[in-house]
Order: sequence, then C-alpha cells, then structure tokens
Amino acid sequence: MEKKTLFDKIWDAHVVKSVPAGPDVFFIDKHFIHEVTSPVAFLNLEKRGVSVLYPERTVATPDHNVPTVDQDKTIKDKLSRMQVEKLRENCKKYDIELHDLGTDHHGIVHVIGPELGITQPGMTIVCGDSHTSTHGAFGAIAFGIGTSEVEMVLATQCIMQSKPKKMRITVDGELGQGVTSKDIILYIISKITAAGATGYFVEYAGSAFRNLSMEARMTVCNMSIEMGARGGLIAPDQTTFDYLKGKRYAPKGEAWDRAVAEWTALQTDEGAVFEKEYNFDAADIEPMITYGTNPGMGIKIKDLIPTDEGLEGSNKKSFLKSLDYMGFAPGEAIKGKVVDYVFVGSCTNGRIEDIRAVANFVKGKKKADNITAWIVPGSREVEKLASEEGLVQILEEAGFQLRQPGCSACLAMNDDKIPSGKYAVSTSNRNFEGRQGPGARTLLASPLTVAAVAVTGKITDPREV
Amino acid sequence: MAYDKFNVLTSTVVPLPAENVDTDQIIPARFLKATEREGFGDNLFRDWRYDVEGNPKKDFVLNDSTYNGKILLAGKNFGSGSSREHAVWALYDYGFRCVVSSFFADIFKNNCLNIGVLPVTISPEFAEVLFEAVESDPKTEIEVDIDKQTITLLSSGQSESFDINAYKKQNMKNGFDDIDYLLNIKSDITEFAKSR
Repeated sequence: MEKKTLFDKIWDAHVVKSVPAGPDVFFIDKHFIHEVTSPVAFLNLEKRGVSVLYPERTVATPDHNVPTVDQDKTIKDKLSRMQVEKLRENCKKYDIELHDLGTDHHGIVHVIGPELGITQPGMTIVCGDSHTSTHGAFGAIAFGIGTSEVEMVLATQCIMQSKPKKMRITVDGELGQGVTSKDIILYIISKITAAGATGYFVEYAGSAFRNLSMEARMTVCNMSIEMGARGGLIAPDQTTFDYLKGKRYAPKGEAWDRAVAEWTALQTDEGAVFEKEYNFDAADIEPMITYGTNPGMGIKIKDLIPTDEGLEGSNKKSFLKSLDYMGFAPGEAIKGKVVDYVFVGSCTNGRIEDIRAVANFVKGKKKADNITAWIVPGSREVEKLASEEGLVQILEEAGFQLRQPGCSACLAMNDDKIPSGKYAVSTSNRNFEGRQGPGARTLLASPLTVAAVAVTGKITDPREV
Repeated sequence: MAYDKFNVLTSTVVPLPAENVDTDQIIPARFLKATEREGFGDNLFRDWRYDVEGNPKKDFVLNDSTYNGKILLAGKNFGSGSSREHAVWALYDYGFRCVVSSFFADIFKNNCLNIGVLPVTISPEFAEVLFEAVESDPKTEIEVDIDKQTITLLSSGQSESFDINAYKKQNMKNGFDDIDYLLNIKSDITEFAKSR
C-alpha cells in the first residue's frame, strides 16, 4: 500500500475533483471570517447574485481592527466601525454564527476556534488570515487565503488549490529551562530563513513537540507562515484529545469515541516520503530574539547581531537596510539594549498559558520605569480565566496595562500603535517595518523573555533574572 | 470578479530590487479598513512612498518619473507575510498587470492569479540582467507572452520561459475567475459534502 504522510491523508480526503493540468477542487470543512478580509467577498457574492452555500460551516468574529478599550461603546474610528457593522450585517443576512464584541467567546479568530472546539483533527480549515496555520496544532490542514478565496468558500465551500510539497521538521530531545515553544519556532525560522519553506506544508515531529501543551503547539504552527510555509501541522495525540474533550463543539458521548478512533489513525505512515526534511536537537535551542525586519532574522539572546561579512549585492543591501531601520550595528550585542514597550498578546502568544507565564515571572516585581507594558488577552475566555486565577491583579501590580481582546498591536490597525522609532519586544509574529505602527521597531520573543524585558527595561535572557 | 484578459503585455518596467518585500510594505494594515475594493492604489507602498506628513519621498521609485509601466520588477521573496489580497488590489489599482521576481511568496502568488495580475518567476540570473537593463535605460521594454509562456527583454532579445498551469493560463487569457468554475460544478460539491 502507498505510504502517506498525515498531510496526504487529510488532503486526499478533501479533493472533490482534480482539474487536468491544474489545481484540485479542495473542500473546506470550517471557515473562519473576520471584519477586514470578508466585506468585499460578501459584496461580490451579491453582485453575482449568489448566496452562502453552507452557512453552518462558517464562524465569524471581529478581531483585527477593534479597539481594546471601551468595547461596550460604539467604535470611534469610522472606518473600523463600518467594517464591524458590515460583518454583523452579513452574518445576520446569511445566518452565520458571530462571536461579537462583548460576548462570551469574542476574541482573536485563531484563539476562539480551538477554545470552542470548532478546530478538530483531520479537518480542512481556512480564513482570510495567514496565521490560520495555528489550527494545524490539532492535526488539521489549516491555512490563510485571500479575499477571492473567501468568496469561493462562502459560495461553494471549495477553493482551487494545487497540492503543496511536504516538509518534515523533527526536533528531538528535552528543552532547557526557560526555553519555550516560541523559542523553538524562532530558532527553526532563523535556521531555514523567512522563505525557506515557501511552497511546502510542514509537519512538525519529534519528542520536543510531543511534549508541548496544545497552546504551545499552536504557537509553533502559528508561525509556519513566517518561513513561507502555507501551514504546519502536528499529528493528534492524547494531549490533543484531552484538550478537546468537553469543548462546546467537540463530539459528545459515542460520537466522541468514534472521533477519537478516527483521529488516532491520523499519523504519517512509516516510510512515507517528504520532499524535504530538517532535524534539530532541542538541547541546541536557547531563548531567542529577532534583531531585523523579517522573522528569519533571529538569534540567541546571548549571541551577537550577525555582520554583513560574506553577503553580496542585494542580499547585503537588504541586510544593512534592515539593521539601519532597527538602529542596530552589525556585530554588536543585542543583550542589554534598552527598549520602550513590551506587548504580550496576538494569535501567537495571547492564550492563558502565555498570560500565566508572564504573571508568574513578574509576580512581586515591578516593570522598569522606561517600559510601557501592554497585555492583551486573545479572547474573553482568556480574560476571564486570567481574572479568576488572580493573574490580572498580579499584572496590574507589576505595572502592566491590561486591555480587552483583539489583534491589537500585533498589526496596529487600531490605536494600539508603537510610536515611530521606539523599540517594542513583542510576543507577536512579525517584525516587519512599520508592522506595529509607522516607524516602530519590533523584536520578537517569547512571553517569558518579554516578562524579563519588562522588569529590567532592556533585552534580557529570562534565565538570568 | 472578472478582470481584463491577459494575452501579450509589452511595457516599460518599474524596478524594485529590495528583497523580502512583505505585504505590510505593499499596503500597511491601517489602510485595510475599506468595505469595498476601491482606491487601494493610492496607498500602494505607502510608508516607502510618503513621509509622515504625506509628502512624496524623492528616493522611492514610484516617485521617480523616469520609471513607469505596467510591469513591476521585484527582488526575491516578494509578497511574504500577510494573506491580504488588498496588496494585489493595490498593485492592480495602481496600474500593474504583471510582477516579475526570482521568488514569490505562496499566498501572494495565488492572490495575484485570482485577480488577474500575472506573477512571472524567472531565474536569479535573468532577474539580474533585467535589473541592469532597466536601470541603465528606463525606456527598456519587456514583453510577457502568456500563450508562449515567455518573458523577453526586447532590446537584446534575451528571453526565458516561465511556468503557469494550464487551468490558470486559460483563466488569465479569458479573464475568468475560479468561482465561475466552481459554480459550474456545484452539484459535484454538494454530493461530496454529504460525506463530510
């Protein structure tokens, strides 16, 4: 029998038909939408006179542009308000489940999907957002799409996709103390570059991933896109099942037992072929931070910023332009650099375990005077848990400003912008020029590192505080 | 939605050799707040094109009147990051019908093909030839022929072939989009959906 990867098994089960010398007609089980990439899709549906084929397969929430204060009031920014109102209008018109601002399960789309048990092993999941790869943590094929494709899914529950190549990244061994899943993925991207997995879909394998919690696995899969991969997935196991059991949309009773039996079979066959394989040793990974303007530009906090030695032509130009933007010199130490902001949040690291990690670290400490510290829960559920567990109080006593759920300063569509020229150490996923506000300088790191930076006011290895 | 048919495009070229140009540079997030697909070209490369007061930055290529055309010649790993189709809308709205690079990000490339901007992947060597030609003579013209799948530097006749699958090629030539195709096989889809 043909040996198949986990990815092959899920993909092949969702091909409605293959177009000769073209893409596959690929069936989508679950579709998430938000206010920014959906309005034009709905508008085009209307122009075509087409309705939504399976509204029960789409779930909506406003997250990208929403304010993170006064969510009970009318949104002040007119354009943001119009987008959110459009989303409400469209959901009502087509009978789509909406988790609106202020409701119990409002939050970042990639946080609430898993939280509600919508995300399940073996599914195909898309959303007009590249971090849809997050849901791959459950052993699902999940990836970001453009607005034309959002329209296709609404109208036909399918998109036209050519099957990507397959890559396996294996990390074996034990992580050291103070090393988190964010450090694993920043380490991997620094090794294979921001474009190293373009054209591939990644399977993460090995004991380092097996030992991670579901939330930590989501952090890894979330950043698959940051090395160019369409998505990344991890085979489901007992950790996955334990997380899902009892969630609102998870199967119940006998259906649960049947589902677990099916999900258990979702593994890569021994001997299945990947077009590309990487192997890393968990013991080599240490707390990481980025120094440049793409997520591949990462180093261990203890290391020096690389030099331009050996780079030529446009490579060299791009590297120096990036350092110039960041205000860093080649070959200097990153540790000890004074920064201005810390941001804890986003679909990468806005979950309860992230908030716990930060709270545990700063308990009884104060943020440094030069630091503005923002913490934005990924969802209302996360916010509620943080409050019930007493984390909110700890964080507020340490000087953090706790805001309401949303994408916030990860992409700075709302007012949560880092001022031009200022440095932010952020738990988010992109350090692109201007990503956190025009002229803002972003350094990506784990929640633990961000907590250490908040306390010391400068780039710090969390193991040294 | 339907777009203009693409057959043979002959045009001067706008060169942008920067590498790893992400979609946040092509169109920053704060300009994604529209509910209709209009006016995105004005904010194409916004923060590279204008200073904080909104004055054009003289050193940016879109503000240099010596360069213009319907073809953007870009550095490698163009269009990385966010899946925002708005990035391609902005390029299209500004007047680009074709982007040439030695390496494209995946989602961006898909988005291009879905709205009628042709992404042409060429070898790094040919990219270098084209950059040199365009930078030494801004009037240099390139011809992109989708039927023959060739891209040609007209001044020297140097040419390379590029890949595009037969299905997408037909779409581009006819100005069709995927939904036209999918709506036509709706009964296959609803039958398939019964098993999911």
